[in-house]
Amino acid sequence: MHIKKIISSAFISLFLCFSSASALAEEGSIDQTVNEVFASATGWFVNLIFAPLPGTTFPWIVLWLVTGATVFTVYFGFIQFRAVRHSVELIKGDYSDPDDAGEVSHFQALATALSGTVGLGNIAGVAVAVSIGGPGATFWMILAGLMGMASKFTECSLAVKYRNEYADGTVSGGPMYYISKGFKEKGLPGGGILAVLFSIFCILGALGGGNMFQANQAHAQISSIVGDYPGWITGVIFAIIVFAVIVGGIKSIANVTEKVVPLMGILYVLASLVIILMNLDKVGWAFGQIFEGAFTGLGIAGGFVGALIQGFKRAAFSNEAGVGSAAIAHSAVRTKEPITEGFVSLLEPFIDTVVICTMTALVIIITGQLTTDPTTGLYLVGESGRIITADGSSGVALTSAAFGSAFSWFPYVLAVAVVLFAFSTMISWSYYGLKAWTYLFGEGKTTELVFKVIFCLFVIIGAAANLGPVIDFSDASIFAMAVVNIIGLYFLMSVVKVDLKSYLSRLKSGEIKKFKN
Amino acid sequence: MSTKLIVGLDGSEPGERALTYAKHLSKLIGDCVIELVYVIEWSPYSFQTAEENAMRHKRREQEIKLASERVITPALEAMKTEGFTAGGRVLHGDAAELLNSVAVKEKAQQIIVARSTESGLAAKLFGSVTAKLVMSASVPVTVVN
Repeated sequence: MHIKKIISSAFISLFLCFSSASALAEEGSIDQTVNEVFASATGWFVNLIFAPLPGTTFPWIVLWLVTGATVFTVYFGFIQFRAVRHSVELIKGDYSDPDDAGEVSHFQALATALSGTVGLGNIAGVAVAVSIGGPGATFWMILAGLMGMASKFTECSLAVKYRNEYADGTVSGGPMYYISKGFKEKGLPGGGILAVLFSIFCILGALGGGNMFQANQAHAQISSIVGDYPGWITGVIFAIIVFAVIVGGIKSIANVTEKVVPLMGILYVLASLVIILMNLDKVGWAFGQIFEGAFTGLGIAGGFVGALIQGFKRAAFSNEAGVGSAAIAHSAVRTKEPITEGFVSLLEPFIDTVVICTMTALVIIITGQLTTDPTTGLYLVGESGRIITADGSSGVALTSAAFGSAFSWFPYVLAVAVVLFAFSTMISWSYYGLKAWTYLFGEGKTTELVFKVIFCLFVIIGAAANLGPVIDFSDASIFAMAVVNIIGLYFLMSVVKVDLKSYLSRLKSGEIKKFKN
Repeated sequence: MSTKLIVGLDGSEPGERALTYAKHLSKLIGDCVIELVYVIEWSPYSFQTAEENAMRHKRREQEIKLASERVITPALEAMKTEGFTAGGRVLHGDAAELLNSVAVKEKAQQIIVARSTESGLAAKLFGSVTAKLVMSASVPVTVVN
């Protein structure tokens, strides 16, 4: 507890420095100075997290996430492939006790967690990945997505098992709870420190990648449609809406978003499928490019290793498997068997990466956005190291151009989708940050309000300022969460294995019965 | 074996009329048990924020308590003093489906509900609870005007 206090106060100082630097940066003229000061103060941390492995351009953090995913995949005997049918049955509610109706269902916990992960990464991130790594990046992205399912399974099972249930019926869960409680239960030292570290990174990540970055990108998207205007206007509007939802408890806004976002996701996948069907003759060729590119690179910078790096990176950054964020959302489910939430959550990287990210990649490849040399068949790489695209665009604009080549109106839908995805990601991360905040400073209305107000202020800062180093720092924080979380998972995976064995044997013996057929 | 009647209540005036009719029927039948069912509309497939999920268990308890205190318990007490045999429950889910499944489970002879109070576009598009119940119920349904 003593350590927790010391680290908490150190964190407050860091946080104050972080927020004052960001606040100052709003005044455009000193933007640059602040960026420089902040970059020199936090650069080491960013460089450390995203440092490439010696002699390569492969960030060690990506290897860390992929290694974790591989270890969990092997340790749980390829659970992600064995359990899919059972996962779907759980989501359908086949095993849900009718007497528990009105509690959070498996479907709801999954949908909530998905609304936090499906977002800009699926639209813009994939475009960046294939424009640098070529079509082959898609292969590695799918592979990493499939492996990541095992990481999600492990973290979400633990999140439900070790959550805190309070007398008033509310719950709090996530890596900070399973690391501290699980380590204590196993008699392992250091759980408290790891949990505090995780919480600190989670708060910083929530304010940065889960907030400022989203606000910033939403503003960029809106201004690309309606023309340039000051970012603070978007910031203030977003902050008011976020405030109304997280502080005012205006359910209607959240309800509308939570309903529209999945619809947008479905519309996105349907539009992708229609485009793929329209170009059915090219599907075989596209998969050929994906497989060939995966092992040869097809002329991209860095060859097949370049494709592998981009694919792995995109999957890890998109589905957040191993980061521990979604474990916070999944912990709210009502179930007598914590492991069931693990089964359900493993579908999250599948939907996010294997389905949605792959759709984006396929549409970009099939619509011929990536230019090739007609004589060699290799991709043409520009000076920036990226494949030259049909209209020179990259990021969201590239995805937009790919969809726009089939449906001229789709870029508008995509713009709305990006803004809504950004908003729902913010709402989700406000909760993740809040749980980490209350873990450090205690549960209570005032403590919670302080965080929520800070969160809203950061929405304005994010949309108004162009704070590259601050964004880099918060991105690094999100991945620092994974460093702590995966250490915790390695020590606690044996607990999940015991539960898994017991559950599977009871399922086989018929002790665990279906309520619906 | 006594006859069992299921009455759908929602705390509204039409619901009261359904109950009045059930009491009238019960007197005519004689050996009769009235089971009151209050359904809180709920779908396990709705979308919620993480915070709503964390609060859900608490909210559910509150909803059940409120419905019991305001609707079911007063109705049961009144019926007891009037000499009726009755039970009651509060459930979460789809009203039409639940009224039917309670009726089947309790081997009830009849479900009594009031005419739906829903109006507007939603009712026109998706149909009312009453209409759905009448179309899908496994036991006879009486709709009180």
